[in-house]
Parts: sequence; C-alpha cells; structure tokens
Amino acid sequence: MQLPDLDDLYAEIILDHYRHPRNNGLLGDADLRAEGFNPFCGDRIVLTLELDADERIAHTGFEGEGCSISQASASIMTEMLKGKTLEEAAGLNAAFREMMAGVEPTEEQEEEFGELAALRGVQQFPIRIKCALLGWATLQDAIAEYAKPGG
Amino acid sequence: MLDLQAIRADFPVLQRRLGDKLLVYLDNAATSQKPRQVIEALVDYYERYNSNVHRGIHTLSMEATDRYEEARVKVAAFINAPSPDQLIWVRNTTEAINLVAKTWAKAVLSPGDEVLVTEMEHHSNLVPWQQVAREAGASLKFIGLDADYRLDLSDLDQLLTPKTRIVAVTHMSNVLGTITPVKQLTEAAHRVGAAVLVDAAQSVPHLAVDVQELDCDFMAFSGHKMLAPTGIGCLYVAAPMLERMEPFLHGGEMVLEVTFEDASWNEMPMRFEAGTPNIADAIAMGAAVDYLSALGMDAIRQHERDLTAYALERFAELEEVTTFGTSSLGERGGVISFQVGGIHPHDIGTVLDHEGIAIRAGHHCAMPLVRSRLHVPATARASFYLYNTEEEVDQLISGLRKVTEYFGDAAARPR
Repeated sequence: MQLPDLDDLYAEIILDHYRHPRNNGLLGDADLRAEGFNPFCGDRIVLTLELDADERIAHTGFEGEGCSISQASASIMTEMLKGKTLEEAAGLNAAFREMMAGVEPTEEQEEEFGELAALRGVQQFPIRIKCALLGWATLQDAIAEYAKPGG
Repeated sequence: MLDLQAIRADFPVLQRRLGDKLLVYLDNAATSQKPRQVIEALVDYYERYNSNVHRGIHTLSMEATDRYEEARVKVAAFINAPSPDQLIWVRNTTEAINLVAKTWAKAVLSPGDEVLVTEMEHHSNLVPWQQVAREAGASLKFIGLDADYRLDLSDLDQLLTPKTRIVAVTHMSNVLGTITPVKQLTEAAHRVGAAVLVDAAQSVPHLAVDVQELDCDFMAFSGHKMLAPTGIGCLYVAAPMLERMEPFLHGGEMVLEVTFEDASWNEMPMRFEAGTPNIADAIAMGAAVDYLSALGMDAIRQHERDLTAYALERFAELEEVTTFGTSSLGERGGVISFQVGGIHPHDIGTVLDHEGIAIRAGHHCAMPLVRSRLHVPATARASFYLYNTEEEVDQLISGLRKVTEYFGDAAARPR
C-alpha cells in the first residue's frame, strides 16, 4: 500500500493561510451570517459577509477553530468572495464542491480557482474533505438564510 | 512480565505495513486488535458447527449451544459474577446501558427523582440518562472533576440524596484514563438506596474487575475493546435487580409459552436475548477471555502502567506538548490525551498516520468533558494495550517531532 504524499495535503499555500488567516474577525454590521460545525472533529466556523449597494460582497470576515485544512479553506474562500454577487458566490461554491468530489475542473474553472486549487490534494485524504468544505457549507447556509423571505 | 514478542506474533494485523512503515497501533481505547486465537474461534464456528442455539436437536445445534453457553460461563467468571445467568449478551456497552435505562430505570424513576452521573462520561453513559430522566421528570446531577482530572467526591454526600435512584459512572475514562473509585461510590449510593451502573468498557479489557467486590448493580462492557469481535458485549445484572427487570425486546427465544393473545417470559438470561443471538462473536469473546486470562490481568495492567509511565516521561521531553490526565499512575489506565501547541488534533493524526502510527483525534464521544472541562475543541489520544512496546512509544515521540517540524510556528502557538 502506497501512502499519498503529505505535501499534497499540506501545500505551502494552505499552511500559509492557516498560519496567517485572511479576513479573520467578524464584521459588526454583516448582511449575511452563518455558523458551521463539524461534529466529527469539533471544527467550527462563523462567517459574516457585508454587501455593497450593488448587492456584491464588499467585506468578509470569519472566525473559527479547527484544523489547518478547514481554516485555510475558509481563509482562501473569504478572499475569493470579495466583489462577487451571491449568485456568483454560489456558483463558485458548487464548482469547488464538484472538484472536491473528484470532478475534473474545466480550464476556465481552474483559472477562477486560483489559490483554491491548492486544496485539490485533500481529495487523496478522503477523511479530510469535510474539513475543506466546512467554510463552504457555512457560506451555503448563509446564502440560503439570506434568500428566505424576511432574511 | 509479558512476553511481548510472543504476544505480538499472535496478532496478524501487527505485521501490516503502511507505506514502508510497520503499523504502530495506539488506538486501543477505540477498539483493540484481535489475536489469531479469536479469529480462529470464529472460523471454526462457521466452518464446523454453524447452527442456531437453544432449539435444534441435531448435533451441530447442540455443539453451538454448548460453546455459546460456555463462553457465557467464561466471561461471567472473568468478572467474578456469582452466576452466568446474570450475564446478558448484547451488542456493545451502549446497548447494555440503554437496556438498563429503558427497562429498569424507566420503571423506577418518578417525577422529582434524581440520576447521578459524572462529568467524565462517554456519550453512551450520558445521553441515555438525559433521555430517561427527561421522560420521567427526573433530574440529572453531576459529579465533577478535581484539579488532577479525578472525580471530585468532596461533595458526594450532598449529591447523593434519598431521591437518587441510580448512579451511572465510568470505571475508566476513555479520554483521561482516570480509574474511578467505584467501590466507594457503590457503598455511598447503596446507603441512600440508589443502584449503581458501571460503564466498564475501558476497565474490563485492562484491569482485573470483580463485580462482587465492587458491589455494583449493573456493569456494561464491549467485547471489541478486549480482543473479541465487534457486535458482542455484556450486561451484568446483580440478582436482586434481575427480578425487577422487564424484557427490553420481544420476540423469539425470550418467551416460554405463547398463545394468540399473550406470552410468558423465558427464564434469565434468555428473557433479555430476543431473536437469534450473535452466536459466533459470543463464542469468540470466550476465546478472547481465555487469551487474557492465560496472560493474567494483573500482568497486563502492570505492563500498561509501566508503558504509560514511560510514555509520560517521553512526552515531557516535548515542550510544545500538553497532556491531560492524573499524575497518580495507580489511578490511571493506559490512555494519554494530549495537545501539541495550537496544532489541531486532526493535523496531528494525519501526520502520524503517515508514519504508520494510528491514534485517535477528536472529542472521543465525550464532548462536554473535552469542551467544557478540558477547554479545548478536541484532543489527540494515544491508548495502549498488552501488545504495545516502548519502541512504539519512541516512534510516537519521533512522529510528534515531525508534527512540530511540519507546522512550525503553529506548534509554538498556545492552544
């Protein structure tokens, strides 16, 4: 039995985001807010998003405790969401989930993924895929909550 | 002294390689590995005398019934139960506790009554009591921890009241390794008329346990943590309790006489074993008990105690590492929960897995203890058994050095 390479999981970009998370801290005046929890490992993420007048994501902030993969994935996500409409954010979310489920990304998607592509190595560690998706599942909840009437 | 080389040769899985590394299995509190004697008992049953028990008049059925009941006698003797009829086969510890909660406890609990548990319980000895207490209108009270991760019994006299109906306590914490003073608790509980259930999932595999000496009313344990297969476990019930327990599941095997309208119950312990039981795994659990008994539980306990002392010494060499558990080795089994700086236990677990080392990382099914008492979201845990060696502890320490190298400043970050 050959083990996958540890460096595929812990890519330098991931370790960098883990050590220095971007957009760390919650926004006081958020339009969207959601909390995610993974009972398997006890990882937790709170995500806040602020929209501008054009309904584009202007500011992002998150707080959480958890493993390097969950925290780095959330950190990269908060960087990538800026400037996107909620629809675009949902599209990116779906594309990322597909990649993590093993679907080969299109060239166009690969370009869009940028740093996110570093998380592709997590696929070889199936038990850690949930970690990579925690922030994104939280984003999905936030968008769904916002879309509700009166949300 | 255990002959580790001979013991290790009995466990086929210990020859397994992960990449180029020989497996170092340190997740024994989750489940133990199985010696070939246990595996062969399973194969022997399926190849030579597979048949149903207690009902056939043919040779195979008689053989299966004999071996199945022999296993009950062996396991009953292993915990010094007064009679094998006081040992009920179940799937695991969780099922045993639920059986007591949903039959005996449900019948005796009234509004205003109290159930006393401890803050170091596994979910399996907490959640059933939350449920049954809520349904009965009874309240749940807790024995807390002292500063050295042992049960704080200083206010036991206030916690135990004439309203206390049941005390449910672990014999050994699966997170901290703390061995609890069960005998002291049963004495105090019986003085106020409360019954005591002992969650012995972690103790029966590792210590000599004597239910008569402990004087507990119920004891629950699983086979798979003590060299036996998964899917088989036991509930021991003290004689006076047995008479007051109604069946848990209804069906075949547990009945004496059935009419279209009614049924009468079979005798003990069959009354609690509805349907075709887990014959093969019960027989294999008998083989597991034979294996442990031949080595001697005192020798096993001594080996694990020495190994834990050695491991704690080695852990102390790593300044980033914090361990959780009592410093009193006489009150501690072979379980070490730890943290490495601010590195998440799952990252520790993944790097160690790469070194061929299997540990557990998470809340260990004891979320309230880990979060609200240890004040961490999760811990890493190494847990030992009779086949583990000092060399394996050394490999764990080397592995942890790799973890700190890999995560660099995250290791130095306080947790």
